[in-house]
Amino acid sequence: MSAIGANAYLLRKLLVVALVMFGFGFALVPLYKKICEVTGINNIARADTVENSQVDTSRWLTIELDANTRDHLPWTFAPLQKTVRVHPGQLVHVEYEISNPTGSAVTGQAVPSYGPQLAGSYFRKLECFCFTQQQLAAGETRRMPVVFVIETGLPDDVKTITLSYTFFPVEGRG
Amino acid sequence: MEAVQGHDDHSHDHGHGYQGGLMRWITTTNHKDIGTLYLWFAFIMFLSGGVLALTIRAELFQPGLQIVEPEFFNQLTTLHGLIMVFGAIMPAFVGFANWQIPMMIGAPDMAFARMNNWSFWLLPPAGLLLFGSFLVPGGAAAGGWTLYAPLSVQLGMGMDLTIFAIHIMGASSIMGSINIITTILNMRAPGMTLMKMPMFVWGWLVTAYLLIAVMPVLAGAVTMLLTDRHFGTNFFNAAGGGDPVMFQHIFWFFGHPEVYIMILPAFGIVSQIIPAFSRKPLFGYASMVYAMSSIAILSFVVWAHHMFTVGMPAAGQLFFMYATMLIAIPTGVKVFNWLATMWRGSMSFETPMLFAVGFIFVFTMGGFTGLILAITPVDIQLQDTYYVVAHFHYVLVAGSLFGIFGGIYYWLPKWTGHMYDEKLGQIHFWLSIIFFNLAFFVMHFLGLAGMPRRVPDYATQFAEFNMIATVGAFGFGLSQLLFLYVVLKCIRGGAKAPARPWEGSDTLEWTLPSPAPYHSFETPPVVK
Amino acid sequence: MKARLANTIVGGFVALSTNLAHGAFGVTLQPAQTEIARQMYDLHNLILLVCAVIFVIVFGVMFYSILKHRRSVGHKAQHFHENTTVEILWTIIPLFILVGMAYPATKTILAMKDTSSPDMTIKVTGYQWKWGYDYLQDDIKFYSNLTTPQAQIQNNEPKGEHYLLEVDNPMVVPTGKRVRVLLTANDVIHAWWVPALGVKQDAVPGFIRDSWFKVDKEGTYRGQCAELCGKDHAFMPIVVEAVSPEKYAQWVAEQKQKSAATKVDPNKKFALDELKALGEKVYASNCVACHQANGQGLPGVFAAVDGSKIATGDVKAHIDIVLNGKPGTAMAPFKQLSDVDIAAVVTYERNSWSNKTGDAVQPADIKAARK
Repeated sequence: MSAIGANAYLLRKLLVVALVMFGFGFALVPLYKKICEVTGINNIARADTVENSQVDTSRWLTIELDANTRDHLPWTFAPLQKTVRVHPGQLVHVEYEISNPTGSAVTGQAVPSYGPQLAGSYFRKLECFCFTQQQLAAGETRRMPVVFVIETGLPDDVKTITLSYTFFPVEGRG
Repeated sequence: MEAVQGHDDHSHDHGHGYQGGLMRWITTTNHKDIGTLYLWFAFIMFLSGGVLALTIRAELFQPGLQIVEPEFFNQLTTLHGLIMVFGAIMPAFVGFANWQIPMMIGAPDMAFARMNNWSFWLLPPAGLLLFGSFLVPGGAAAGGWTLYAPLSVQLGMGMDLTIFAIHIMGASSIMGSINIITTILNMRAPGMTLMKMPMFVWGWLVTAYLLIAVMPVLAGAVTMLLTDRHFGTNFFNAAGGGDPVMFQHIFWFFGHPEVYIMILPAFGIVSQIIPAFSRKPLFGYASMVYAMSSIAILSFVVWAHHMFTVGMPAAGQLFFMYATMLIAIPTGVKVFNWLATMWRGSMSFETPMLFAVGFIFVFTMGGFTGLILAITPVDIQLQDTYYVVAHFHYVLVAGSLFGIFGGIYYWLPKWTGHMYDEKLGQIHFWLSIIFFNLAFFVMHFLGLAGMPRRVPDYATQFAEFNMIATVGAFGFGLSQLLFLYVVLKCIRGGAKAPARPWEGSDTLEWTLPSPAPYHSFETPPVVK
Repeated sequence: MKARLANTIVGGFVALSTNLAHGAFGVTLQPAQTEIARQMYDLHNLILLVCAVIFVIVFGVMFYSILKHRRSVGHKAQHFHENTTVEILWTIIPLFILVGMAYPATKTILAMKDTSSPDMTIKVTGYQWKWGYDYLQDDIKFYSNLTTPQAQIQNNEPKGEHYLLEVDNPMVVPTGKRVRVLLTANDVIHAWWVPALGVKQDAVPGFIRDSWFKVDKEGTYRGQCAELCGKDHAFMPIVVEAVSPEKYAQWVAEQKQKSAATKVDPNKKFALDELKALGEKVYASNCVACHQANGQGLPGVFAAVDGSKIATGDVKAHIDIVLNGKPGTAMAPFKQLSDVDIAAVVTYERNSWSNKTGDAVQPADIKAARK
């Protein structure tokens, strides 16, 4: 093969490779979705389920509730009770209150966080406002429940857990 | 360099005729020309980064704000780090690789000559982007060379220029590494098995693999920053389900191997110099190779020791502490091997040897402080203080930079055909090591006593040591002008260098005449 | 400029020589005030000692070799280049030394992670560039700003004893109690660090991290932000005042009274001068970092207040931007300040420098604007 022919052949091969790579980039979108669905990664927007909740009455845990707002979100946001004493395995019901003192509707979404971090994986939330965006009309106040169970497998040395929510404004949504 | 140009007359008959003047340097595909370009580029960046460093030190000479404003101070620290790492140290080692690897393995040139040209000429635009970022509204990136999100998401346009500069430099490094790996694996002289390669070539082989593994990771991290900044993604933004700490994990997954990218070639250079001036073969060649490889492998599992304070479970802290401490073992093996090479040799102390011994002495101090920092509870107190600044300057200035100086003095006769001024070279060494320690040793005390890094102003109890550090830093910076003079003087003339000016050196480049011919080995030598 | 630089240098060397003579500087970790900090201190000394011993042995050998095995003294080179026994030995021995170091370090790490029940919890929030403290059980909430005057930072006044390490509202904690610290940040990552307490923990926006300490002795312990967080990273110190539990209870009562006091009398009318005087203080602790003492801001980065349309135009718009900030810019909302403070600072801004509107904004106006 002449040098020019060989170069054209290589160029064609490289073009095919480039096209395949480009296409692969788009194929990743459904691929990622499928992987997340199968492995259950990234299911923050879905409530947890709990099976066989044996209550361990021999242990007491203190759950501290904390609330924050960020990025200029003009809301007041606070838990109705600051701490609750619970047993591992027990179904717990607490409430937070948000209110929008401004004169216009604002949308926000909360992100949960746990202290110590390790406790997060034993925290099963059956109901939580962090799964959805919250829209508050002007002057509206809303109470939001959180229902959770602390799994009995929680390491013995953990006695205090903080459940913290941070509300961020959802951009582009008045 | 001049000497190579002086060789032009002999090389016309090779039929690779090249233009003279500027076009020669722009179009060159010769490994020596490209090596020269890399080295000069690195030196220019080294001086520019040094000017930034001296401005920082001048501001810190006394408590209070005197010379620069805090915002500009942060730009200085950020650009000093980026320029020294990506502009000075890394290109300098690639320059060494270009000059030396073909000569040391008995090859005529690098494997991919045109790509070699391209990988160098990507660097000046990247350098311009970095310096140009000082001029855009809001100034240069001011988030530290680690570019932690979300601070770097908050910054102005200078950050975008920095991101593009990193992309370009990453592409350049990857091409350089591919070239080096291919050259080493395919173009060795007959008879030179992998385990007969000079240590410098081994050092670069391992380094090149590290580069290929981690530069794409850095490119990915800064691309995610870019899309977070401009295209509404939320990789590092908690509001959208992202995590700022993820940036640190990705960055340091690049960043820790990067540390070894900057030191392994220096290990290689020192492993050439010590046996040559001890007139004795390198002790424990095989264990040196294994030590280097295990350092490279371990470097992938220690990244989170840069992040002991972000809040990780005890199990994480323990794992990263143990893994980090393990690196001390292969590093120790290398130091012991160098000592054993010197032991009962017949040493002489020309400038390359002075820098090599200086390297071992000061680099080991950096290694010890590294071990102290590896201990998580101690690191909690020392993380992000001047102790860390002292530690990594001991490793990167006394380590990488002294390795580079040693290598330049060692090979200058081969590159230029002239001997350098021995007296001035030795003065350069003594000035460098004294002022270096003056500048950086006291920083250990500052860090222990509680001075955070990246601050333009500090509490009055830190004043004395900061003053000493500033004096040392200016001394160190000015000493490098002497180095420039020695190198220029050597290029322009001096005693004629024999083919093998160092009697103890036995690698292939010394079988070529000095200066080395334009094409290294037209017919491969046979290695027994 | 030149004369100032020369003064700086000469003055510097004078200070250096006197201080070196008095030994007025630290060369090791600060004295520990908690059990964890003590363990860190001891651990550092232990490992430093081990390293120093190894250093002396290894470099003793090297310098012996440099002195004796040189060509200039006529030493002839030997030609050995391998010795398996030696090579195995110097791999194994360091391993044992490392295990010896790892053992106490592991114990301290586990002690640091002790998550047993705290006596109290304080939430610490990092802001650009101040700290916010939130006593979750007692409902006490305040901000802690640097009080070092700009004049000292700009070298126009001699520097005070606690230059850059002094704040208006220190964090107050009782001695002998286990204090849990919850950390989070408002904008970028900060790190809360008090060396004497052995606590350094990053504060990450959107997430909480926890740490703890138990102080033995009453005293004032100072620290700084340890994670680069932007322009004024060096100017957001931390001051922790440890007091006896009795004094602490007294302090809590005072704080509660104070916050009750600010709540009364929202309809009181203030005079312009009164507001201006108070406003200057509020401005100095909340606004000056960006807008500068002269109200000029930093061109291209932070807007000027002096002569600005907002500070000389409609009062309502001015109050609104102070209360709610300006999204997409560095201007944060200051709705956490009291009505009186905001009224005062708005009045101050409208009647300082070249701004002469003569408006005396009243707390009642702010209260109305909050609705």
